[in-house]
Amino acid sequence: MSQLHRLTLAELTGRLGRRECSATEALQSSLDQIARVDGEVRAFMSLDAADARAQAEAADRDLAAGVTHVQKPLLGVPVALKDVLAHRGQPLNCSSKILGTYRSPYDATVVERLKAAGAVVFGRLNMDEFAMGSSTETSAFQRTLNPWDLTRIPGGSSGGCAASVASAMVPVSIGSDTGGSIRQPAALCGVVGVKPTYGRVSRYGLTAFASSLDQIGPFARTVRDAALVTGVVSGYDRRDSTSVPQPVPDYLSALEVAGGGSRPLAGIRLGLAKEYMIGGLDAEVDAAMKASVARFIELGAEVVEVSLPHSDYAAATYYIIAPAEASANLARFDGVRYGARVEGRDPAEMNSKTRGAGFGAEVKRRIILGTYVLSSGYYDAYYLRAQKVRTLIRRDFLQAFEKVDAILTPTTPSAAFRVGEKSEDPLQMYLSDVFTISCNLAGICGISVPCGFTAPKLGVPRLPLGLQLLGKPFGEETMFRIAHAYEQSTPWHREVSPMS
Amino acid sequence: MSDFNIHYVAKLARIELSPAEEEKLGTQLGHILGYIAKLKEVDVTGVEATAHAFPLVNVTRPDVAREPLSHEAALSNAPSRSGGLFVVPKIVE
Repeated sequence: MSQLHRLTLAELTGRLGRRECSATEALQSSLDQIARVDGEVRAFMSLDAADARAQAEAADRDLAAGVTHVQKPLLGVPVALKDVLAHRGQPLNCSSKILGTYRSPYDATVVERLKAAGAVVFGRLNMDEFAMGSSTETSAFQRTLNPWDLTRIPGGSSGGCAASVASAMVPVSIGSDTGGSIRQPAALCGVVGVKPTYGRVSRYGLTAFASSLDQIGPFARTVRDAALVTGVVSGYDRRDSTSVPQPVPDYLSALEVAGGGSRPLAGIRLGLAKEYMIGGLDAEVDAAMKASVARFIELGAEVVEVSLPHSDYAAATYYIIAPAEASANLARFDGVRYGARVEGRDPAEMNSKTRGAGFGAEVKRRIILGTYVLSSGYYDAYYLRAQKVRTLIRRDFLQAFEKVDAILTPTTPSAAFRVGEKSEDPLQMYLSDVFTISCNLAGICGISVPCGFTAPKLGVPRLPLGLQLLGKPFGEETMFRIAHAYEQSTPWHREVSPMS
Repeated sequence: MSDFNIHYVAKLARIELSPAEEEKLGTQLGHILGYIAKLKEVDVTGVEATAHAFPLVNVTRPDVAREPLSHEAALSNAPSRSGGLFVVPKIVE
């Protein structure tokens, strides 16, 4: 069996560019790997191999005609999509029963951009239903498992994205992050995940969950690969009025700055939030953090304490704002224009029966919570107050960024938990996002990079851990530079899961 | 949250729940509302609300006609259609 599926994006484009392999062979290697391991991992809900082969053949024609990766940076690279992004002619279910046999009539902007860059875009990756969850267990269709330990969850909501990259089915996948849904599964599966600044990537063609928090971003095996793909999908789009008309820097050349010398981060200041350091942190996560801080100091960075005084209120703020926005966004699933329908005597009964049968428990919980906090008499006490606390949280970050270039945190309070461990206790599940949700509330950028493993214990293999770097608004260049220098000084990104 | 009436709010949200679901979701939402009540501790006097991290105002685009989604494509996922329209249950007698 070909080993092309195990290559990083950079390695694969190198081989394709030197004509040492074809895009068709690279795709076939990915499809073979999916056939070999996805019966166990279950990252993909479906994939259209014929459509993918046609794209790979087109990429091979481009390569034969002399098109280079300077012109099309993803030429011939397999890229898989979370089931929340519109891909013309393909199913889109958001891992929910309510969408029935829906097929997208158009491409999301990110899909257009990936295709224009030459990528071979295919597959529907499993997720928590409508991206609501932290374990991919709320999917109405299947349970995705962690490639490092098949008794554990891959994280969520983009669990299929993380698991597909961690088991070398694809070098890159594209997910969405509303409160940590890219960074948390990336950490738990030992890969790199990026949440760009709010407004950096167009959300056109992304099924909306919480519109003021949602952002699309990549999963990859290295920071370099993730930076390249972030550059490809970023940029202003007139079809998303919240996309920010600001030029997209060349993120790869930003990495070069970190290239030379033994102290590539000299002059960089990193912040540790004192509010994140108090108690409750898993001992192995804490040890990995301390080792990472020591590494950053060796790399020349200065590490100082910063304060984010409203951190303790982030989860409560998030679980008002996100459900409120979701309750409005998911009103469109009413049984009228698309998806499944349960008939009723009048439209209201048809709506209620359709939504009662089509939505799973977590989605119902959040819509009802969101409806309540927006309802007459409670709006000021919950929603408006949460928006004000959001201002304070954002202010905390902007003040911290006056002193530091980026903030360091663990991505998650612990390694991947067992299937079923938290699925009956929604509040505990919500609190597993404690380090990632502030980033979305503040609208800043964030990345998770592998930073070590738990020690293997009786019956439990070693499990990956992630380090989160939070960057300034539109500060992706510096964030990637810091993450790349760290990654290159550690062995963690070269470790591959047993399913690879 | 003694005044949280799951039956009433689910009706507002147009989600039909079974009695068992009402009981389970109601209990869970009670815990969640208890947790988020901690926001009452925060002094928000004089603080402006943030609706968006990077509010853009007066976002316009050139007034140029473009090819829209075709009628057929727009109806292609309809659960029930007739004569180029979406069909819903009768609204008025």
